[in-house]
Amino acid sequence: MIRKLTLSAAAALALAAGGASAAEEGHVEDFSFSFEGPFGTYDQLQLQRGLKVYTMVCSSCHGLRYVPIRTLGSESGPGLPEDQVRAYADQYVEVYDPELEEWRAAKPTDNFPAVESAGAPDLSLMAKGRAGFHGPYGLGLNQLFKGMGGPEYIASILTGYTGEEQQQAGTILYENTAFPGGWISMAPPLYGDDVDYEDGTEATIEQEAKDVAAFLMWAAEPKMMERRHAGFAGVIFLIVLTSLLYLTNKSLWAPIKKKAKETPAE
Amino acid sequence: MSGIPHDHYEPKGGFEKWLHRRLNVVGLLYDTLMIPTPKNLNWWWIWGIVLAFCLVLQIVTGIVLAMHYTPHVDMAFASIEHIMRNVNGGYMLRYLHMNGASLFFFAVYIHIFRGLYYGSYKAPREVTWIIGMLIYLCMMGTAFMGYVLPWGQMSFWGATVITGLFGAIPFVGESIQTWLLGGPAVDNATLNRFFSLHYLLPFVIAGLVIVHVWAFHTTGNNNPTGIEVRRTSKAEAEKDTLPFWPYFVIKDLFALALILVVFFAIVGFMPNYLGHPDNYIEANPLVTPSHIVPEWYFLPFYAILRAFTSDVWVVMFANWITGGIVDAKFFGVLAMFGAIIVMALAPWLDTSSVRSGRYRPMFKWWFWLLAIDFVVLMWCGAQPAEPPYSTISLIGSAYWFAYFLIILPLLGVIEKPQAQPATIEEDFKAHASHTGGTHTVVDPAE
Repeated sequence: MIRKLTLSAAAALALAAGGASAAEEGHVEDFSFSFEGPFGTYDQLQLQRGLKVYTMVCSSCHGLRYVPIRTLGSESGPGLPEDQVRAYADQYVEVYDPELEEWRAAKPTDNFPAVESAGAPDLSLMAKGRAGFHGPYGLGLNQLFKGMGGPEYIASILTGYTGEEQQQAGTILYENTAFPGGWISMAPPLYGDDVDYEDGTEATIEQEAKDVAAFLMWAAEPKMMERRHAGFAGVIFLIVLTSLLYLTNKSLWAPIKKKAKETPAE
Repeated sequence: MSGIPHDHYEPKGGFEKWLHRRLNVVGLLYDTLMIPTPKNLNWWWIWGIVLAFCLVLQIVTGIVLAMHYTPHVDMAFASIEHIMRNVNGGYMLRYLHMNGASLFFFAVYIHIFRGLYYGSYKAPREVTWIIGMLIYLCMMGTAFMGYVLPWGQMSFWGATVITGLFGAIPFVGESIQTWLLGGPAVDNATLNRFFSLHYLLPFVIAGLVIVHVWAFHTTGNNNPTGIEVRRTSKAEAEKDTLPFWPYFVIKDLFALALILVVFFAIVGFMPNYLGHPDNYIEANPLVTPSHIVPEWYFLPFYAILRAFTSDVWVVMFANWITGGIVDAKFFGVLAMFGAIIVMALAPWLDTSSVRSGRYRPMFKWWFWLLAIDFVVLMWCGAQPAEPPYSTISLIGSAYWFAYFLIILPLLGVIEKPQAQPATIEEDFKAHASHTGGTHTVVDPAE
């Protein structure tokens, strides 16, 4: 029984290793981001650059329906000053007002609109709704050490175009090394220099891709910094509590154990 | 309450006496907290308090989450995002609740396997064991329905697959499935009743937990030696036991705090690690995810469910003998529930006169193989249903049933158990001198 079990387990491992490349999973590049790891933080300038890429490029087809515009002012996020948030909402975002029954310029209290005209998915949760490599052997170790891989996936898609196209049932598909199956219906959105970065960063395709991926991670998980602070406070408090309880437990049991040691069993 | 002789509550002072004549609530608390507990309980005995903590954590966070959640197909997903973004501390509440479920199942699995190793299920603790199995079933129901509430892709398709199991029951299956779902498919009616039941079941669990605790307070705790506390006199019982408060309360709280360090690290730094990215995509009945996987804690039983395909001879035989009524799908469902039923029947399937696995040389090996089998099945459950995973699942499932139905009954007959210590006191002293470094007594047990 045991031998049979080990044999088939070994066979499974061998097959899984061979089958991984055949599974048509896209290749997700392991880009590094400032918010990785327990001590990582969002890079505020990067989030602002990413917001610009989203506004100038992505927003024509993709919505951010769950993100309130006011949160662009969040200290742990893009951190735009209040007047800039107001100006941004007024200049760049239009929302449909069901009471006026017409489109109007957005206010900071509005959410970003849902954009459904192009049939493109909403990006609010894209960075959490996608993941990188879950292996090896489906054990999830890669994600344990490198994170779930959502922003890496987004940046890989944006930089993964090979330039090949094919037409299928009337739609043009573009070859993309990161997309599962290899062919995506989104035309390459970035060509380099699509935006002017105010902070002087060079707007290469890879830079833009990483910036917008970081921005979308923030859009999906705006409370990441607050959560980590709470996590730290919790862990440190509990370590202190554990130490105190350890000492209490030790001194509580010490006389009982001493007595047991001194009087031999009958 | 306990059969072990010990001091009972004596009301002190005017108010206590007044209350005691009218309601014996202080006495009940006193007897519950001061129960004589075997001195030699080891660290595997701390998971009960972790489970009690989990139940309270889930109920408290759940009640607050329910204040902000909307059980409607058009609003459920958005209301979760509202909790994550706009509710003060909502992201923490939700991640605590989400990962709290994982801690709950992690703890219950260790708790169950501890019971299996030390023979805690054996007479006279069968009722404790059975109640425990009922709690586990309720937990599975609660967790499954809770996972549907965020109304993501995995919520929707998980609900579709699992309720589809009931559709496999011959003749009445389809009617049952429709009745469960409140319609022909998973929809608003399903979401609403799942929300209602997800709120109800934890209180059923709380009630069962009281009975579970009551039952083992009647029999007294099992312990690593599996031998009973001496109960002829109070003096003798006191040599084997210590009161639960403060000795075991403090010990358990220390262990709980240590476990919570890890738990808070997961909630704070990697709260989505145990979840599935697809559940951050809103449910869409028109798009099936490429890979429908339940939460990790269901995977072993999911693997058993899928292991019995129509080309397995047992399934073919069952199909033939029932004239086609039992097909592969229904067989899988029977196997999944059967896997839990055989575990629940362990008290009557285990024929050994020795309770603790510590003194059972052959049993030990089979037990650890079962624990490995459980992990292997968990891994198989996450893999696609194709060879070689289906073969491994089948072997793993077969071993699960063989352990309870063949190995446990046989071992009692063929195994020669080792000598057990005469008393719990003896075992405790042997261990105390072991850990203390001064060897005054030679350990007779190990």
